[in-house]
Amino acid sequence: MVAQNIAFGIIAVIMVVGALRVVTVNNVVHAALWLVLVLAGAAAQYILLAAEFVAVTQVLVYIGAVMVLFLFGTMLTRAQLGKEKQLNNPTWYLGIPASLLLLGVMILALTSSFGDEKLPNDSELVSTQAISDQIFGPYLLPFWALSFVLLAAVIGAIVLARKD
Amino acid sequence: MLVNQFLILAAVLFCIGVYGVIARRNAVMVLMSIELILNSVNINFLAFALRNGSVDGHVFALYIIAVAAAEVGVGLALVLLVYRNRKSIALDELSEMKG
Repeated sequence: MVAQNIAFGIIAVIMVVGALRVVTVNNVVHAALWLVLVLAGAAAQYILLAAEFVAVTQVLVYIGAVMVLFLFGTMLTRAQLGKEKQLNNPTWYLGIPASLLLLGVMILALTSSFGDEKLPNDSELVSTQAISDQIFGPYLLPFWALSFVLLAAVIGAIVLARKD
Repeated sequence: MLVNQFLILAAVLFCIGVYGVIARRNAVMVLMSIELILNSVNINFLAFALRNGSVDGHVFALYIIAVAAAEVGVGLALVLLVYRNRKSIALDELSEMKG
């Protein structure tokens, strides 16, 4: 348990620092690379939470596909890859009180409702078979809907991005 | 491990993402902040799945990953379209619909 807590602490610090760099750094490519760090940290947290299939999917989909999309988007929408002055809104400082207020309310609600409740110690890894039994059993209809969402997204992206 | 340590980590990441959505002017950076928000929600789902000993949280986390991938695809296609028409992806310049 102690080892898990130490691992959690290290990964959490890395994730928070990476996320802060994503929203403050003045270079789009550097922000994308910091985002890779946050997503990899999230995958590690999923393994701590006994969710190995979701962790592997996170690595495949986010770090593999989504980051490539982001880097392509960066590459196709701007010629310069260096630092930039104009990445923030003129009124960017309004985001600090808004997000701090939200964070305060959320931490207050979480500490008052969960306190120091512990996660079960003897939990086993959730097997991929159990997840697939759920997806292709009770959650089959959302799975179909999701397939149509992905199909519509692919067609929509092609229609939007092609040159006529 | 406490339940709250995961939930508070997710809350911190969520708020950083909200700050990014408010503060950033570049459309690609706003999409990256939305990815932060979706990831924090995923951490919450898996923490509750472990707490309740159920598999449903894993299924929802997988669905969120798929929807996030679709969202990024369509979002970046929109950004490309805006860039092609205006040579800029600054969000505060998109004000034609202001009355």
